[in-house]
Amino acid sequence: MLDKFALLGFGDGGWGLALLGGAAITISIALATLPFGLALGLLVALGKRSSNVVLRGLATGYTTVFRGVPELLTLYIIYFGLPLLVQESFRLLGASGTVALPPFVAGMVALGVVLSAFSSEVWVGALNAIPKGQREAAAALGLHKGQAFRLVVLPQLIRVALPGLGNNWMVLLKETSLVSVITLPDIMFITTRANVATKEPFLFFGAAMVIYFAFSLVSAWVVGRMEARANRGFAAFGGATR
Amino acid sequence: MNWCEYPGWLVGSEVFQNYGCRMFSGLWMTLELVAISVTLGFVLAIGLAVARLYGPKWAQAAINGYTTFFRGTPLLCQLFLVYYGLGQFRVFWTDLGLWWFFREPFYCALLTFVINTAAYQAEILRGAIQSVPRGQFEGALALGLHRWATLRHVVMPQAMILALRPLGNELIVMIKSSAVASLVTLYDLMGATKLAFSRSFDLSIYLYAALIYLLLVEVVRRVWDRLELRLTRHMALR
Repeated sequence: MLDKFALLGFGDGGWGLALLGGAAITISIALATLPFGLALGLLVALGKRSSNVVLRGLATGYTTVFRGVPELLTLYIIYFGLPLLVQESFRLLGASGTVALPPFVAGMVALGVVLSAFSSEVWVGALNAIPKGQREAAAALGLHKGQAFRLVVLPQLIRVALPGLGNNWMVLLKETSLVSVITLPDIMFITTRANVATKEPFLFFGAAMVIYFAFSLVSAWVVGRMEARANRGFAAFGGATR
Repeated sequence: MNWCEYPGWLVGSEVFQNYGCRMFSGLWMTLELVAISVTLGFVLAIGLAVARLYGPKWAQAAINGYTTFFRGTPLLCQLFLVYYGLGQFRVFWTDLGLWWFFREPFYCALLTFVINTAAYQAEILRGAIQSVPRGQFEGALALGLHRWATLRHVVMPQAMILALRPLGNELIVMIKSSAVASLVTLYDLMGATKLAFSRSFDLSIYLYAALIYLLLVEVVRRVWDRLELRLTRHMALR
Protein backbone atom coordinates (compact mmCIF):
# COMPACT_ATOMS: atom_id res chain seq x y z
CA MET A 1 0.00 0.00 0.00
CA LEU A 2 2.69 2.48 1.06
CA ASP A 3 4.90 1.80 -1.93
CA LYS A 4 1.95 2.75 -4.09
CA PHE A 5 1.91 6.19 -2.53
CA ALA A 6 5.63 6.46 -3.30
CA LEU A 7 4.46 6.76 -6.93
CA LEU A 8 3.08 10.18 -6.03
CA GLY A 9 6.32 11.20 -4.32
CA PHE A 10 9.44 12.93 -5.55
CA GLY A 11 11.80 9.98 -5.21
CA ASP A 12 12.96 7.54 -7.84
CA GLY A 13 10.06 6.61 -10.12
CA GLY A 14 7.80 9.09 -8.34
CA TRP A 15 5.46 11.28 -10.35
CA GLY A 16 5.41 14.13 -7.83
CA LEU A 17 7.44 16.54 -9.91
CA ALA A 18 5.46 15.79 -13.09
CA LEU A 19 2.21 16.32 -11.21
CA LEU A 20 3.44 19.65 -9.87
CA GLY A 21 4.34 20.68 -13.41
CA GLY A 22 0.86 19.67 -14.57
CA ALA A 23 -0.71 21.67 -11.76
CA ALA A 24 1.37 24.68 -12.79
CA ILE A 25 0.16 24.32 -16.40
CA THR A 26 -3.47 24.07 -15.25
CA ILE A 27 -3.12 27.21 -13.15
CA SER A 28 -1.25 29.13 -15.84
CA ILE A 29 -3.76 28.40 -18.59
CA ALA A 30 -6.65 29.36 -16.29
CA LEU A 31 -4.89 32.58 -15.25
CA ALA A 32 -3.89 33.39 -18.83
CA THR A 33 -7.45 32.88 -20.06
CA LEU A 34 -9.11 34.93 -17.34
CA PRO A 35 -8.22 38.53 -18.33
CA PHE A 36 -8.74 37.78 -22.03
CA GLY A 37 -12.13 36.12 -21.44
CA LEU A 38 -13.37 38.75 -19.00
CA ALA A 39 -12.36 41.69 -21.18
CA LEU A 40 -13.93 40.12 -24.26
CA GLY A 41 -17.03 39.35 -22.17
CA LEU A 42 -17.31 42.99 -21.13
CA LEU A 43 -17.04 44.07 -24.77
CA VAL A 44 -19.78 41.60 -25.74
CA ALA A 45 -21.91 42.86 -22.85
CA LEU A 46 -21.52 46.44 -24.05
CA GLY A 47 -22.48 45.22 -27.52
CA LYS A 48 -25.63 43.60 -26.13
CA ARG A 49 -26.67 46.88 -24.53
CA SER A 50 -25.75 48.96 -27.56
CA SER A 51 -28.37 51.01 -29.38
CA ASN A 52 -27.03 49.65 -32.66
CA VAL A 53 -29.27 46.80 -33.88
CA VAL A 54 -26.52 45.04 -35.83
CA LEU A 55 -24.10 45.12 -32.91
CA ARG A 56 -26.79 43.86 -30.54
CA GLY A 57 -27.68 41.01 -32.89
CA LEU A 58 -24.03 40.03 -33.30
CA ALA A 59 -23.38 40.06 -29.55
CA THR A 60 -26.51 38.02 -28.82
CA GLY A 61 -25.69 35.51 -31.56
CA TYR A 62 -22.14 35.18 -30.24
CA THR A 63 -23.29 34.29 -26.73
CA THR A 64 -26.00 31.94 -28.01
CA VAL A 65 -23.48 30.00 -30.08
CA PHE A 66 -20.69 29.72 -27.52
CA ARG A 67 -23.02 28.98 -24.63
CA GLY A 68 -24.76 26.25 -26.62
CA VAL A 69 -21.84 24.36 -28.12
CA PRO A 70 -19.94 21.91 -25.87
CA GLU A 71 -16.58 23.30 -24.72
CA LEU A 72 -14.86 20.17 -25.98
CA LEU A 73 -16.22 20.76 -29.48
CA THR A 74 -15.24 24.44 -29.40
CA LEU A 75 -11.75 23.36 -28.39
CA TYR A 76 -11.45 20.91 -31.31
CA ILE A 77 -12.82 23.42 -33.80
CA ILE A 78 -10.34 26.09 -32.72
CA TYR A 79 -7.39 23.72 -32.39
CA PHE A 80 -7.88 22.19 -35.84
CA GLY A 81 -9.76 24.99 -37.57
CA LEU A 82 -7.88 28.15 -36.67
CA PRO A 83 -4.59 27.07 -38.32
CA LEU A 84 -6.54 26.16 -41.48
CA LEU A 85 -8.15 29.58 -41.47
CA VAL A 86 -4.79 31.31 -41.06
CA GLN A 87 -3.28 29.11 -43.78
CA GLU A 88 -6.08 29.94 -46.19
CA SER A 89 -5.76 33.66 -45.58
CA PHE A 90 -2.01 33.43 -46.09
CA ARG A 91 -2.61 31.56 -49.34
CA LEU A 92 -4.82 34.38 -50.52
CA LEU A 93 -1.94 36.76 -49.83
CA GLY A 94 0.35 34.58 -51.92
CA ALA A 95 2.33 32.96 -49.11
CA SER A 96 2.46 29.23 -48.59
CA GLY A 97 3.39 26.79 -45.86
CA THR A 98 1.67 25.19 -42.91
CA VAL A 99 0.74 26.81 -39.64
CA ALA A 100 0.47 24.92 -36.37
CA LEU A 101 -1.23 26.37 -33.34
CA PRO A 102 0.50 25.71 -30.01
CA PRO A 103 -1.92 23.79 -27.76
CA PHE A 104 -1.58 26.44 -25.06
CA VAL A 105 -2.77 29.18 -27.40
CA ALA A 106 -5.56 27.03 -28.82
CA GLY A 107 -6.73 26.16 -25.30
CA MET A 108 -6.53 29.79 -24.24
CA VAL A 109 -8.54 31.00 -27.22
CA ALA A 110 -11.21 28.28 -26.89
CA LEU A 111 -11.63 28.64 -23.13
CA GLY A 112 -11.48 32.42 -23.40
CA VAL A 113 -14.20 32.54 -26.03
CA VAL A 114 -16.46 30.32 -23.92
CA LEU A 115 -15.65 32.34 -20.80
CA SER A 116 -16.44 35.59 -22.61
CA ALA A 117 -19.86 34.25 -23.64
CA PHE A 118 -20.72 33.28 -20.06
CA SER A 119 -19.18 36.30 -18.37
CA SER A 120 -20.97 38.68 -20.75
CA GLU A 121 -24.23 37.62 -19.06
CA VAL A 122 -22.77 38.54 -15.69
CA TRP A 123 -21.49 41.87 -17.02
CA VAL A 124 -24.92 42.69 -18.50
CA GLY A 125 -26.60 41.98 -15.17
CA ALA A 126 -24.08 44.14 -13.34
CA LEU A 127 -24.37 46.97 -15.89
CA ASN A 128 -28.13 46.94 -15.42
CA ALA A 129 -27.64 47.21 -11.67
CA ILE A 130 -25.77 50.53 -11.93
CA PRO A 131 -28.38 53.28 -11.55
CA LYS A 132 -28.88 55.49 -14.59
CA GLY A 133 -28.35 58.55 -12.40
CA GLN A 134 -24.67 57.69 -12.08
CA ARG A 135 -24.08 58.16 -15.82
CA GLU A 136 -26.30 61.23 -15.89
CA ALA A 137 -24.43 62.81 -13.00
CA ALA A 138 -21.13 62.02 -14.71
CA ALA A 139 -22.43 63.68 -17.90
CA ALA A 140 -23.57 66.71 -15.86
CA LEU A 141 -20.05 66.98 -14.46
CA GLY A 142 -18.75 67.20 -18.02
CA LEU A 143 -17.22 63.73 -18.31
CA HIS A 144 -17.55 62.26 -21.75
CA LYS A 145 -18.94 58.77 -22.31
CA GLY A 146 -15.62 56.95 -22.11
CA GLN A 147 -14.57 58.76 -18.96
CA ALA A 148 -17.94 58.18 -17.34
CA PHE A 149 -17.60 54.47 -18.00
CA ARG A 150 -14.01 54.19 -16.85
CA LEU A 151 -14.14 56.46 -13.80
CA VAL A 152 -17.71 56.11 -12.57
CA VAL A 153 -19.34 52.92 -13.84
CA LEU A 154 -16.44 50.45 -13.91
CA PRO A 155 -15.36 50.78 -10.24
CA GLN A 156 -18.94 50.13 -9.13
CA LEU A 157 -19.37 47.37 -11.68
CA ILE A 158 -16.64 45.17 -10.18
CA ARG A 159 -18.43 44.90 -6.84
CA VAL A 160 -21.75 43.85 -8.37
CA ALA A 161 -20.20 41.49 -10.91
CA LEU A 162 -17.76 39.79 -8.53
CA PRO A 163 -19.98 36.90 -7.31
CA GLY A 164 -20.93 35.97 -10.88
CA LEU A 165 -17.39 36.33 -12.17
CA GLY A 166 -16.15 34.21 -9.26
CA ASN A 167 -18.53 31.51 -10.46
CA ASN A 168 -17.18 31.89 -14.01
CA TRP A 169 -13.67 31.41 -12.67
CA MET A 170 -14.60 28.17 -10.89
CA VAL A 171 -16.16 26.82 -14.08
CA LEU A 172 -13.10 27.86 -16.08
CA LEU A 173 -10.75 26.14 -13.64
CA LYS A 174 -12.60 22.85 -14.12
CA GLU A 175 -12.89 23.29 -17.88
CA THR A 176 -9.12 23.53 -18.22
CA SER A 177 -9.10 19.74 -17.74
CA LEU A 178 -10.36 19.50 -21.34
CA VAL A 179 -7.16 20.95 -22.83
CA SER A 180 -5.44 17.65 -22.00
CA VAL A 181 -7.11 16.24 -25.15
CA ILE A 182 -5.09 18.62 -27.33
CA THR A 183 -1.89 17.38 -25.65
CA LEU A 184 -1.28 20.29 -23.31
CA PRO A 185 0.51 18.64 -20.33
CA ASP A 186 -1.89 19.77 -17.58
CA ILE A 187 -2.92 17.69 -14.54
CA MET A 188 -5.25 15.43 -16.54
CA PHE A 189 -2.65 14.82 -19.25
CA ILE A 190 0.06 13.93 -16.72
CA THR A 191 -2.21 11.61 -14.72
CA THR A 192 -3.38 9.90 -17.91
CA ARG A 193 0.26 9.27 -18.84
CA ALA A 194 1.06 8.10 -15.32
CA ASN A 195 -1.87 5.70 -15.57
CA VAL A 196 -0.54 4.24 -18.80
CA ALA A 197 2.94 3.85 -17.29
CA THR A 198 2.04 2.47 -13.86
CA LYS A 199 -1.43 0.90 -14.28
CA GLU A 200 -2.58 2.65 -11.12
CA PRO A 201 -5.54 4.72 -12.41
CA PHE A 202 -7.38 4.98 -9.10
CA LEU A 203 -4.37 6.41 -7.32
CA PHE A 204 -3.51 8.94 -10.03
CA PHE A 205 -7.00 10.13 -10.97
CA GLY A 206 -7.75 10.27 -7.23
CA ALA A 207 -4.69 12.48 -6.81
CA ALA A 208 -5.87 14.67 -9.71
CA MET A 209 -9.26 15.03 -8.01
CA VAL A 210 -7.55 16.12 -4.79
CA ILE A 211 -5.42 18.71 -6.62
CA TYR A 212 -8.43 20.16 -8.46
CA PHE A 213 -10.42 20.20 -5.25
CA ALA A 214 -7.64 22.05 -3.44
CA PHE A 215 -7.58 24.63 -6.25
CA SER A 216 -11.35 25.05 -5.94
CA LEU A 217 -11.21 25.52 -2.18
CA VAL A 218 -8.41 28.09 -2.45
CA SER A 219 -10.30 29.90 -5.24
CA ALA A 220 -13.50 29.99 -3.18
CA TRP A 221 -11.55 31.47 -0.27
CA VAL A 222 -9.84 34.10 -2.44
CA VAL A 223 -13.11 35.08 -4.16
CA GLY A 224 -14.74 35.35 -0.74
CA ARG A 225 -11.98 37.67 0.45
CA MET A 226 -12.25 39.79 -2.70
CA GLU A 227 -16.01 40.08 -2.24
CA ALA A 228 -15.58 41.09 1.39
CA ARG A 229 -13.06 43.72 0.30
CA ALA A 230 -15.30 45.03 -2.50
CA ASN A 231 -18.24 45.23 -0.09
CA ARG A 232 -16.45 47.20 2.61
CA GLY A 233 -18.52 50.30 3.27
CA PHE A 234 -21.74 48.60 2.21
CA ALA A 235 -23.57 47.79 5.44
CA ALA A 236 -26.26 45.76 3.69
CA PHE A 237 -23.61 43.28 2.45
CA GLY A 238 -21.85 42.92 5.79
CA GLY A 239 -19.15 45.42 4.93
CA ALA A 240 -19.66 47.92 7.74
CA THR A 241 -19.29 45.41 10.56
CA ARG A 242 -15.77 44.52 9.54
CA MET B 1 -30.96 6.34 -48.91
CA ASN B 2 -31.62 6.20 -45.18
CA TRP B 3 -33.42 9.06 -43.48
CA CYS B 4 -30.28 9.89 -41.53
CA GLU B 5 -28.36 10.59 -44.72
CA TYR B 6 -30.82 13.23 -45.91
CA PRO B 7 -29.62 16.20 -43.83
CA GLY B 8 -26.09 15.80 -45.20
CA TRP B 9 -27.44 15.34 -48.71
CA LEU B 10 -29.62 18.44 -48.36
CA VAL B 11 -26.77 20.70 -47.31
CA GLY B 12 -24.53 19.11 -49.92
CA SER B 13 -21.94 17.79 -47.48
CA GLU B 14 -20.45 14.44 -48.43
CA VAL B 15 -19.01 13.71 -44.96
CA PHE B 16 -22.22 14.62 -43.18
CA GLN B 17 -24.12 12.38 -45.59
CA ASN B 18 -21.69 9.48 -45.19
CA TYR B 19 -21.53 9.70 -41.40
CA GLY B 20 -25.09 10.99 -40.89
CA CYS B 21 -26.36 7.67 -39.54
CA ARG B 22 -23.48 7.37 -37.05
CA MET B 23 -24.01 10.98 -35.98
CA PHE B 24 -27.71 10.50 -35.37
CA SER B 25 -27.22 7.30 -33.41
CA GLY B 26 -24.59 9.28 -31.49
CA LEU B 27 -27.16 11.99 -30.87
CA TRP B 28 -29.49 9.30 -29.56
CA MET B 29 -26.82 8.09 -27.12
CA THR B 30 -26.23 11.68 -25.95
CA LEU B 31 -29.96 12.08 -25.34
CA GLU B 32 -30.11 8.75 -23.48
CA LEU B 33 -27.13 9.64 -21.29
CA VAL B 34 -28.48 13.07 -20.43
CA ALA B 35 -32.13 12.08 -19.95
CA ILE B 36 -31.37 9.13 -17.68
CA SER B 37 -28.67 10.85 -15.63
CA VAL B 38 -30.57 14.10 -15.13
CA THR B 39 -33.76 12.23 -14.10
CA LEU B 40 -31.96 9.90 -11.69
CA GLY B 41 -29.89 12.83 -10.43
CA PHE B 42 -33.06 14.81 -9.77
CA VAL B 43 -34.62 12.02 -7.69
CA LEU B 44 -31.39 11.69 -5.71
CA ALA B 45 -31.07 15.46 -5.33
CA ILE B 46 -34.51 15.81 -3.72
CA GLY B 47 -33.53 13.36 -0.99
CA LEU B 48 -30.11 14.96 -0.60
CA ALA B 49 -31.48 18.50 -0.38
CA VAL B 50 -34.09 17.56 2.22
CA ALA B 51 -31.57 15.58 4.27
CA ARG B 52 -29.07 18.44 3.92
CA LEU B 53 -31.59 20.85 5.45
CA TYR B 54 -33.56 18.76 7.93
CA GLY B 55 -31.49 15.62 8.48
CA PRO B 56 -29.23 14.79 11.41
CA LYS B 57 -26.01 16.77 11.82
CA TRP B 58 -23.74 14.01 10.47
CA ALA B 59 -25.91 13.63 7.36
CA GLN B 60 -25.82 17.39 6.79
CA ALA B 61 -22.04 17.42 7.03
CA ALA B 62 -21.67 14.38 4.77
CA ILE B 63 -23.97 15.80 2.08
CA ASN B 64 -22.26 19.17 2.29
CA GLY B 65 -18.92 17.44 1.74
CA TYR B 66 -20.31 15.43 -1.17
CA THR B 67 -21.76 18.44 -3.01
CA THR B 68 -18.68 20.59 -2.40
CA PHE B 69 -16.32 17.86 -3.60
CA PHE B 70 -18.16 16.93 -6.77
CA ARG B 71 -18.89 20.55 -7.67
CA GLY B 72 -15.25 21.42 -7.10
CA THR B 73 -13.68 18.84 -9.42
CA PRO B 74 -13.90 18.49 -13.23
CA LEU B 75 -16.41 16.05 -14.70
CA LEU B 76 -13.68 14.64 -16.94
CA CYS B 77 -11.57 13.73 -13.92
CA GLN B 78 -14.57 12.11 -12.20
CA LEU B 79 -15.32 10.12 -15.33
CA PHE B 80 -11.74 8.83 -15.58
CA LEU B 81 -11.74 7.98 -11.89
CA VAL B 82 -14.89 5.89 -12.30
CA TYR B 83 -14.08 4.27 -15.65
CA TYR B 84 -10.36 3.63 -15.27
CA GLY B 85 -10.02 3.94 -11.49
CA LEU B 86 -12.89 1.74 -10.35
CA GLY B 87 -12.27 -0.58 -13.29
CA GLN B 88 -8.91 -1.33 -11.72
CA PHE B 89 -10.58 -3.41 -8.98
CA ARG B 90 -11.86 -6.00 -11.39
CA VAL B 91 -11.54 -8.94 -8.97
CA PHE B 92 -13.47 -7.09 -6.30
CA TRP B 93 -16.34 -6.22 -8.67
CA THR B 94 -16.40 -9.75 -10.07
CA ASP B 95 -16.75 -11.09 -6.52
CA LEU B 96 -19.61 -8.69 -5.91
CA GLY B 97 -21.14 -9.65 -9.26
CA LEU B 98 -20.95 -6.04 -10.46
CA TRP B 99 -18.22 -6.34 -13.06
CA TRP B 100 -20.76 -6.23 -15.91
CA PHE B 101 -21.55 -2.69 -14.76
CA PHE B 102 -18.05 -1.27 -14.38
CA ARG B 103 -16.86 -2.97 -17.56
CA GLU B 104 -19.20 -0.92 -19.73
CA PRO B 105 -18.13 2.66 -20.50
CA PHE B 106 -21.81 3.57 -20.98
CA TYR B 107 -22.75 2.60 -17.42
CA CYS B 108 -19.63 4.25 -16.05
CA ALA B 109 -20.47 7.50 -17.84
CA LEU B 110 -24.05 7.23 -16.60
CA LEU B 111 -22.93 6.66 -13.01
CA THR B 112 -20.49 9.59 -13.15
CA PHE B 113 -23.09 11.93 -14.65
CA VAL B 114 -25.67 10.93 -12.01
CA ILE B 115 -23.20 11.55 -9.17
CA ASN B 116 -22.16 14.87 -10.70
CA THR B 117 -25.57 16.28 -11.58
CA ALA B 118 -27.08 15.11 -8.27
CA ALA B 119 -24.54 17.28 -6.45
CA TYR B 120 -25.41 20.35 -8.55
CA GLN B 121 -29.16 19.75 -8.42
CA ALA B 122 -29.08 19.16 -4.65
CA GLU B 123 -27.50 22.59 -4.19
CA ILE B 124 -30.10 24.17 -6.51
CA LEU B 125 -32.96 22.55 -4.59
CA ARG B 126 -31.45 23.46 -1.23
CA GLY B 127 -31.25 27.09 -2.28
CA ALA B 128 -34.82 27.00 -3.59
CA ILE B 129 -36.21 25.44 -0.41
CA GLN B 130 -34.35 28.00 1.68
CA SER B 131 -35.82 30.80 -0.44
CA VAL B 132 -39.38 29.86 0.47
CA PRO B 133 -40.43 32.48 3.04
CA ARG B 134 -40.42 31.39 6.70
CA GLY B 135 -44.04 32.39 7.07
CA GLN B 136 -45.02 29.52 4.81
CA PHE B 137 -43.60 26.97 7.27
CA GLU B 138 -45.16 28.79 10.22
CA GLY B 139 -48.53 29.08 8.50
CA ALA B 140 -48.54 25.37 7.70
CA LEU B 141 -47.58 24.51 11.27
CA ALA B 142 -50.32 26.78 12.59
CA LEU B 143 -52.78 24.87 10.41
CA GLY B 144 -51.70 21.67 12.12
CA LEU B 145 -49.80 20.08 9.22
CA HIS B 146 -46.91 17.99 10.40
CA ARG B 147 -43.39 18.37 9.03
CA TRP B 148 -43.59 16.00 6.08
CA ALA B 149 -46.99 17.30 5.02
CA THR B 150 -45.66 20.86 5.21
CA LEU B 151 -42.71 19.93 3.09
CA ARG B 152 -44.74 18.02 0.51
CA HIS B 153 -47.78 20.21 0.12
CA VAL B 154 -46.60 23.70 1.03
CA VAL B 155 -42.86 24.14 0.64
CA MET B 156 -41.91 21.83 -2.22
CA PRO B 157 -44.42 23.13 -4.79
CA GLN B 158 -43.15 26.67 -4.23
CA ALA B 159 -39.51 25.62 -4.14
CA MET B 160 -39.87 23.73 -7.42
CA ILE B 161 -41.04 26.87 -9.19
CA LEU B 162 -38.02 28.76 -7.86
CA ALA B 163 -35.73 25.90 -8.89
CA LEU B 164 -37.15 25.60 -12.39
CA ARG B 165 -34.81 28.05 -14.10
CA PRO B 166 -31.54 26.84 -12.54
CA LEU B 167 -32.62 23.24 -13.15
CA GLY B 168 -33.13 24.07 -16.83
CA ASN B 169 -29.64 25.55 -16.90
CA GLU B 170 -28.27 22.40 -15.30
CA LEU B 171 -29.97 20.29 -17.98
CA ILE B 172 -28.29 22.39 -20.68
CA VAL B 173 -24.93 22.16 -18.92
CA MET B 174 -25.31 18.37 -18.83
CA ILE B 175 -26.11 18.19 -22.55
CA LYS B 176 -22.88 20.04 -23.23
CA SER B 177 -20.76 18.26 -20.64
CA SER B 178 -21.93 14.86 -21.85
CA ALA B 179 -19.51 15.35 -24.76
CA VAL B 180 -16.69 14.13 -22.47
CA ALA B 181 -18.25 10.66 -22.72
CA SER B 182 -16.52 10.49 -26.10
CA LEU B 183 -13.20 10.33 -24.20
CA VAL B 184 -14.03 6.94 -22.67
CA THR B 185 -14.55 5.30 -26.08
CA LEU B 186 -18.29 6.03 -26.26
CA TYR B 187 -19.80 7.00 -29.59
CA ASP B 188 -22.13 9.74 -28.47
CA LEU B 189 -22.65 12.68 -30.83
CA MET B 190 -19.15 13.96 -30.05
CA GLY B 191 -17.60 10.52 -30.37
CA ALA B 192 -19.28 9.85 -33.73
CA THR B 193 -18.09 13.25 -34.94
CA LYS B 194 -14.51 12.52 -33.89
CA LEU B 195 -14.68 9.22 -35.73
CA ALA B 196 -15.98 10.93 -38.85
CA PHE B 197 -13.18 13.50 -38.66
CA SER B 198 -10.43 10.97 -38.07
CA ARG B 199 -11.53 9.05 -41.17
CA SER B 200 -12.32 11.93 -43.52
CA PHE B 201 -10.08 14.76 -42.25
CA ASP B 202 -12.93 17.07 -43.19
CA LEU B 203 -13.19 19.69 -40.47
CA SER B 204 -16.67 20.79 -41.52
CA ILE B 205 -18.11 17.77 -39.72
CA TYR B 206 -17.24 19.48 -36.41
CA LEU B 207 -19.28 22.48 -37.51
CA TYR B 208 -22.28 20.29 -38.29
CA ALA B 209 -21.94 18.67 -34.86
CA ALA B 210 -21.79 22.13 -33.27
CA LEU B 211 -24.97 23.02 -35.16
CA ILE B 212 -26.76 19.90 -33.88
CA TYR B 213 -25.73 20.62 -30.27
CA LEU B 214 -26.79 24.23 -30.70
CA LEU B 215 -30.20 23.24 -32.07
CA LEU B 216 -30.65 20.74 -29.24
CA VAL B 217 -29.79 23.31 -26.57
CA GLU B 218 -32.01 25.96 -28.18
CA VAL B 219 -34.97 23.56 -28.37
CA VAL B 220 -34.52 22.58 -24.71
CA ARG B 221 -34.23 26.24 -23.72
CA ARG B 222 -37.42 27.20 -25.55
CA VAL B 223 -39.38 24.23 -24.24
CA TRP B 224 -38.19 25.07 -20.73
CA ASP B 225 -39.28 28.71 -21.14
CA ARG B 226 -42.73 27.51 -22.18
CA LEU B 227 -42.85 25.11 -19.25
CA GLU B 228 -41.92 27.86 -16.82
CA LEU B 229 -44.52 30.20 -18.28
CA ARG B 230 -47.16 27.51 -17.92
CA LEU B 231 -46.23 26.48 -14.38
CA THR B 232 -46.16 30.07 -13.12
CA ARG B 233 -49.35 31.22 -14.85
CA HIS B 234 -51.21 31.38 -11.52
CA MET B 235 -48.66 33.78 -10.09
CA ALA B 236 -49.60 36.64 -12.46
CA LEU B 237 -46.00 37.77 -12.53
CA ARG B 238 -46.00 38.42 -16.21
